[in-house]
Amino acid sequence: MQRFSGVDYYALDELLTPEQRLIQRTVREFVENEALPVIEAYHAREEFPRHLIPRMAELGLFGANLQGYGCAGLDNIAYGLICQELERGDSGLRSMVSVQGSLCMYPIYAFGSEEQKQRWLPKMAKGEVIGCFGLTEPDHGSDPGGMETKARRDGSHWVIQGTKRWITNGTLAHLALIWAKTPDGIRGFLVETDRPGFSARDIKGKFSLRASVTSELILDDVRVPEANMLPGAEGLRGPFSCLTQARYGIVWGALGAAMACYHTALEYAKTRHQFERPIAGYQLVQQKLVFMLSEITKGQLLAYRLGQLKDQGKLRPQQVSLAKRNNVYQALQIARLARDILGANGIVSEYPVIRHMLNLETVNTYEGTFDMHTLIVGRDITGLDAIR
Amino acid sequence: MKILVTVKRVPDPNATIRVKPDGTGIVTDNLKYVVNPFDEIAIEEALRIKEKGGGAEVVLVSIGAKVAQEQLRTGLAMGADRAILVVAEQDLDPLGVARILQKIVEQEKPDLVLMGKQAIDDDANQTGQMLAALLQWPQATFASKKESLESEAEKNGLPGIQMANGKAQVVREVDGGLETIEVPLPAVVTVDLRLNIPRYASLPGIMKARKKELKEIPVAELGIDVTPKLRVLRLEPPPKRKAGRKVSSVQELVHLLHTEAKVI
Repeated sequence: MQRFSGVDYYALDELLTPEQRLIQRTVREFVENEALPVIEAYHAREEFPRHLIPRMAELGLFGANLQGYGCAGLDNIAYGLICQELERGDSGLRSMVSVQGSLCMYPIYAFGSEEQKQRWLPKMAKGEVIGCFGLTEPDHGSDPGGMETKARRDGSHWVIQGTKRWITNGTLAHLALIWAKTPDGIRGFLVETDRPGFSARDIKGKFSLRASVTSELILDDVRVPEANMLPGAEGLRGPFSCLTQARYGIVWGALGAAMACYHTALEYAKTRHQFERPIAGYQLVQQKLVFMLSEITKGQLLAYRLGQLKDQGKLRPQQVSLAKRNNVYQALQIARLARDILGANGIVSEYPVIRHMLNLETVNTYEGTFDMHTLIVGRDITGLDAIR
Repeated sequence: MKILVTVKRVPDPNATIRVKPDGTGIVTDNLKYVVNPFDEIAIEEALRIKEKGGGAEVVLVSIGAKVAQEQLRTGLAMGADRAILVVAEQDLDPLGVARILQKIVEQEKPDLVLMGKQAIDDDANQTGQMLAALLQWPQATFASKKESLESEAEKNGLPGIQMANGKAQVVREVDGGLETIEVPLPAVVTVDLRLNIPRYASLPGIMKARKKELKEIPVAELGIDVTPKLRVLRLEPPPKRKAGRKVSSVQELVHLLHTEAKVI
C-alpha cells in the first residue's frame, strides 16, 4: 500500500509555519515507525504500549503547548497537528497525550501554586510522572456537578472519599488529579497514587480504545496535605477549562483517525478488482470516498481556525463544542464508510479501519458526548437551556 | 573538529510522483519536500561524532531556492550548530554543485565533509566524488558499518565512522561485502543507507532551531561558472505493471519464459 503522506486537498500545508510542518513530520514518522508496527498487538492484548512513553517524552509531546517547566512551548496549531498525527496511529496514543498534557499538566500549570508547578511539570514533561484526571464517577458522567466524591478537612490535611470511573491511565498513573466536593464547593486535589487508601483497577472487556488503559479509582479516606489542593480552581470552572483544552486536541485527533480510514479505503478501492475493474471506478464507491475527503477537508479548516482563535486567546468553549461534535461524528461516519468499502477485509485487524471505527465510538462519548455538545451549542445560540 | 554536511531539498519519497504530460519535469503542485534521506543519515553521523566521537561543530550547507531553508531548519532541529544556504534558483548539475561546495569548503575549512551518497531526486551519485577531486582530498564513498541497524551500538547512537589521529576509518559497502579503509583528514565521505537510523527532530529541538544561525549566500557572489553541462531531455514514468497470470506447471513456466518473455 502507498505510504501515508497526509490528506491535504486544500493545501492547508501552505498555511503552516516551517516549524509546524516539521513537528507534524516528526510525529508522523514516530507513529509510522514506532507505533503502527506494534499497535494491533497491543490493541489485541488490551494494553497500552508503555515502552512508547519515554519516546513520546523525548520528542517533547507531553504538555507541548505549555511554556516553561521543561515543556516545548508550541503554539496550538502545532499541538493540534501532534494530536492529529498520534490519532492517525490510534486514539489511545492521542488519549495518553491529551490526559497527560491537557487534563493533568494544564490544570497544574493554570491553577497550581508555583511550588506545585516546579514539583510536577518538569517530571511530567519527561514522562517520569504519569497523570490521570478523576472527574467522572460511576453514576455521574454528563452531570459532574452531581459528584459524590467528598473531601473533608482534618487539621492541615484533606481526607478524600469516593469512586471515580472511566479514568484513562488510572493504573499507570503516579499522580491523580481528583475533583471532589468540599464544604466550599468543588476543588481539585493532586493525589499521589501510592497514598494509603488509594486503589485503582482496570476496566476490562472494552471493545473500543483497547490500546489505552481505562480504570476505576477508589479513594478510601485518602489523606493529602493542604498543599496538594489546586489553589486556583474553584467550582466546576476548573475541570471544565481542562476539558476545553482536551476537546480542542480531540478536534484535531479525530481528523487523524478519519485520515487513516480514508487513506486505507482509497488505496484499497484502487487495487481491489471486482467485475474486472477496480472498485474505485464505481460510482457508489466514489461517492463514499468523496464524502470522506469532503468531511476531512471541512474538519481541517474548522480545526485550523479554532487553533488561530485559541492562540489569540479568543476561543469560546462553545466553539470547541461545535468542532468536537462535528469532527468526531464525521470521523465516525468516515470510519464506517471505510469499513464498508473494505468489505470483509474491513473487519479484520490486518487493516486499521475497524480499530479506528471502534475507537471513535469512545471518542464520540468521552470529553462530552455528541448530544451534550449539541445542547451546549443549542443553549448558546438560543439562550434557552435544554440540558436540565 | 568541524564537519560540513550537505543537505538537499528533494520531493518526499512517500509522495506519488507524477511526470508532466510533456515530459519536461514532474508535477510539483502540492508536492511535499523533505531532506534527502541519504543526507539525513549524514547529519545523524555528524551529530554522533559530535556527541560520542570526540566532539565537533556541525555546519550544514544547502544549495537551491530560498525554500530550502526549511530543510536546513530540519537539520538544525536535529542538533546541527548552524547552516549556510547558497541561494541558487537555476538548475544545477553535479559538477556545478561540486564547484559551489568547493568554494564553501575553502571558506569554512572543515576537517570532514559528510554527504549523502546520492540524492533521491536525480540519483546522480557524482557530487561527492567530484568535490573530492576538485579539492584534491581523499574520498571514502558508501560509508556503512559492520554492526547491524538492530545492534546495541546503533541503539546507543555510536558513530560508524571512527575519527582518530587526523584520520577517519570508514567501512565501505562494496559488491559482495564490506571494505574498511582509512583516509587522512581532511576528507570527503559519502554515506550509504545502512550507516545509521537518523533521529527525529524533537519538539524542543525544533523550537531551538529557530534561533540558530542560517546564513544565505547568493550563488553569484561565489564568482564561479555553474552553467550545467548536462541537460535533461525527457522524463518518462515507469511503464505500468501488467497483470500477472497463473501457469499450471514448471514446464509451462520455463516454456513461456523462453518463448514469450524471452528472458531465458
